[in-house]
Amino acid sequence: MKELSLNILDIVENSTKARADLIEIQIVEKSNILTIKIKDNGIGMTKDTLQSVSDPFYTTRTTRKVGMGIPLFRFAAEQTGGGLSITSKYFEEHPTDHGTVVIAMFDKNHIDFTPLGDVISTIITLIQGHPKVDFVFTHNIGEKRVFLDTRELRAVLEGVPLNTFEVLAWIRENLEEQYN
Amino acid sequence: MKSLAELQAIKDKMKNKIVLREGSGDVRVVVGMATCGIAAGARPVLNAFVEEINNAGLTDKVTVSQTGCVGYCQLEPIVEIHEAGKEKVTYIHMTAEKAREVVEKHLKGGQVVSDYTVTDAN
Repeated sequence: MKELSLNILDIVENSTKARADLIEIQIVEKSNILTIKIKDNGIGMTKDTLQSVSDPFYTTRTTRKVGMGIPLFRFAAEQTGGGLSITSKYFEEHPTDHGTVVIAMFDKNHIDFTPLGDVISTIITLIQGHPKVDFVFTHNIGEKRVFLDTRELRAVLEGVPLNTFEVLAWIRENLEEQYN
Repeated sequence: MKSLAELQAIKDKMKNKIVLREGSGDVRVVVGMATCGIAAGARPVLNAFVEEINNAGLTDKVTVSQTGCVGYCQLEPIVEIHEAGKEKVTYIHMTAEKAREVVEKHLKGGQVVSDYTVTDAN
């Protein structure tokens, strides 16, 4: 991927496929360390699935159940000297607190660091495609904090879908203003 | 600052519109948004469709949605256009620029842009 924001889009698409309805995306930049955390309340994964998402060459799948998303994200982190971890609680074993957490850490000063890129477009794309899912987005850059919680917007919108064009435009401008 | 009051105003405006809109949306633009599509550039393609469809005043008629991998990763970004009573049109190797052209010529003008559609050679 050309930008880490595209990896974020890809990983969060997995969360939506796991039937999550609340997804937290957190980016923290503190000196040279950039951390991306994606937490969802989807169905989670069994231990076997968790093992195979980490190693795409391990499985002898007949159906395409596991893809390249996590390995690509992991590679982007490891090539800066960082790393990626996934923990997951499968809904059958954890009926009340299931879901998956992906955390990736990067060294921004490493020559192989992939730029974060257009995070706003990733957020807009996610909301556009999944208007019924709630997203809590936080980006801390040193002391600065960019924040969006679609549950707050939903309360104001009273049934008007989040992916209405005017609403998406409002979200984009709101985030742009927070970044400036 | 884009305030919640502004969002409230958007809501008030859209509430009335939504009543008018019911029963429409007969054209569907579907953009592949799996790992392969995203890596090939599907994000700007999707956003170009959303923006141009609005600019062209087609939001009542056309909806934009996302799908997973359809198995032709090498042809991504792939965009399908579904219209009631017509054969599905599949555009391949899309870019934001091509997306704007498809909105103008196909969605607005009714002419399939055959330069970008999938063929047997693909």
